[in-house]
Amino acid sequence: MADRSSNKSSPPAAGTFRLGRRAGRILWLACLLVPPILFFVVFLVVPIASALIYSLFEWQGIARAGFAGLANFRQLLFEQPWQDWTTNAFWHNVIVFITLMIVQNGVALVLAYVLGGEPRGTRFYQVVFFLPVTLALVLVGFQWKLFLNPLFGVVNKLLDAVGLEALSQPWLGQTSTALMTLILVNAWRWLGFPTIVFLAGIRTIPREYFEAARLDGANEWHVARHITWPLIAPAVTIIVILTFIGSFNWFDLPFVMAGLDGPPGKATDVLGLYFYRTAFGEVSAGLQDFGLGSALAVLMFLFILAVSIVWTRVLRGREVELS
Amino acid sequence: MKGTLRTLLIALLVAVIGGLALAQTKLTFWSWRVEDADEYNQIIADYQAAHPGVEIEFVTFQASDYATALSAGLSAGEAGDILQVRAYGAFETVAEPGFLLPLDDKVPELQDFPELAVNGERLRSDGRVYAVPFASQTLLIYYNTDTFDQLGLTPPETWDEFLATAQTIKDAGIIPIANGTATAWMDEVFTGMFAPNFYGPEFFDEVVAGETDFTDERFVGALAKLLELRPYMAPDFAGVDYATAQNLFANGLAAMFVGGSWEIANFRDLNPDLNFDIMPGPAAAAGQPRLVSSFLDGGYAVNAASKHQQEAVEFVRFLATKQFGQQFVDLLSNVSPIPGVEFNDPLLAKINDFNQNATPYVFLVGFRYQSPTGSTLIQERLPGMFAGDIDPAQVGREVTDGIATYYQPFQD
Repeated sequence: MADRSSNKSSPPAAGTFRLGRRAGRILWLACLLVPPILFFVVFLVVPIASALIYSLFEWQGIARAGFAGLANFRQLLFEQPWQDWTTNAFWHNVIVFITLMIVQNGVALVLAYVLGGEPRGTRFYQVVFFLPVTLALVLVGFQWKLFLNPLFGVVNKLLDAVGLEALSQPWLGQTSTALMTLILVNAWRWLGFPTIVFLAGIRTIPREYFEAARLDGANEWHVARHITWPLIAPAVTIIVILTFIGSFNWFDLPFVMAGLDGPPGKATDVLGLYFYRTAFGEVSAGLQDFGLGSALAVLMFLFILAVSIVWTRVLRGREVELS
Repeated sequence: MKGTLRTLLIALLVAVIGGLALAQTKLTFWSWRVEDADEYNQIIADYQAAHPGVEIEFVTFQASDYATALSAGLSAGEAGDILQVRAYGAFETVAEPGFLLPLDDKVPELQDFPELAVNGERLRSDGRVYAVPFASQTLLIYYNTDTFDQLGLTPPETWDEFLATAQTIKDAGIIPIANGTATAWMDEVFTGMFAPNFYGPEFFDEVVAGETDFTDERFVGALAKLLELRPYMAPDFAGVDYATAQNLFANGLAAMFVGGSWEIANFRDLNPDLNFDIMPGPAAAAGQPRLVSSFLDGGYAVNAASKHQQEAVEFVRFLATKQFGQQFVDLLSNVSPIPGVEFNDPLLAKINDFNQNATPYVFLVGFRYQSPTGSTLIQERLPGMFAGDIDPAQVGREVTDGIATYYQPFQD
């Protein structure tokens, strides 16, 4: 488009035409590139760099004090009680990731496979599964918090109604159930997203592959295992990486449903909540420590970056091999 | 003609702008009390009428964002001239780096304030006072007077009477105590309400001085006593959070609620028909003192970088007068620490009476200055203690160990 319009306005002489065209092209490219680069620098590079710098200083409340070297990192990783808090929150993130991979993405894969066969009502189910994704997360959190209320909530009422009183319990108030409950609510909310991505992957596979396999006598398991699964590898890569990043940046749902302290007794604490409390202060005390908070943010960033890069390479390698 | 008119107009304009600039000093007043904006604006309007030339703008932030907004504003040099600040540790966060103006030499009214209030705004490193205290909070038991009347109950005075009362209420099919343990900070409130009558009036000073710590049998014994309340708390109390507990009490489903004096307005809002009264925690035994835990909520400070310090200090001095205190009490239903203020609201008058027998709310007043704060440590362990996963002695030991990581008096 741009080239064509510059064609019209440029003089016919060959030399000037080329120069004008080239200058126009450079200008055009600059117009396209400068805003996103600026955006990237201002909103990504600068905050990350400043977090890194903040993390190397000691902070007196909100004022920057002396250079601290790696003391903030040492405190988080090797001094009590921070060490306990850091490992506790980290393992919770790991549990979140593993459970979501199994419960959320596993179910999504099965649903996508079934919907890929275009049964009756495919479109209807697609909409139903995707509906929670479109709801505001805060809304989902509050709604489920009400559902799970031990006194008024429908979850326990339903369990009582079908004769399972023994199972009805304060889901969000017990160390043993609180984190799992939050993870399942998260899976309920996000299920539609991996389903749609997997389904899109399945729909790009030419129908002849399935027909040919079935003519050769392949059963459902063989088709799923040797045709569908390898050919949706790119979709799997994306979902694994997104789930990983989402699990380790998890903040909103535990914040809305459990609270900033990760109650009861840090049973729902994750790195996101821990970071917020450390940097900006907790509910009761309000003590802020930007140095310690920044150090935690830097550790989280480096961990997520490193794992994502390695994982993307491994998973992409698998895709290339297959195609 | 045209020229004269133009000259006149310019002269008039200069006079108006100049006059305005001379007459109006504009101050901004930062606060987290979004819900009190109308009342504050009314008080400010009265002040402006008496002080022509000063204009005060009341700017509010959500309470949960206030600390961040204040930090950001102060470090960027854009915060208000007059600032509502928290007390104790959160106050030191902004006072220690020198963002606030010391007021003890500029506001002589502070000398008449009670020590407990002024100490909440005193920086420990230089001993100076940086804010005029505005309200104290007291931990109480709220009780539903209709339920008590129907069951023929009178407010219990001792621990044994309290348990018997709770049993009667439970037998009548009503939840005796609305509280649960799902909201961490409420667990500390719950403990802070009952515990002082078991650990006694001397414990606070001794523990702050390091003469004892939280492994003290008085403190551990107080925690153990709390466990006797479990049969009377909301069913499945582990999952009952702050909002649920408030609703249980406000709607008459529970007969008692343990909370702070700030709940009066909430209950009146939640259910205007609710008839309730307040009492201090029960005494350990007949004839023993009935202490209440009390603490300072916050104060009014002056930004050290304000361009209108003199006017700001003058306004803050007004905020320390009995005239303001009376307006504050009447309009905002809070307990002002200003001496001589009269409480027309019977509940506020009661709280003021209870406060004559107050002990500082132990973790908030004594151990919220450094991380891990005493509050963080105790809140983290209370749900486990109520669930029976850890015993009171372990709670006391772990809280002491956590504080000892930085608190010199606990290290020996």
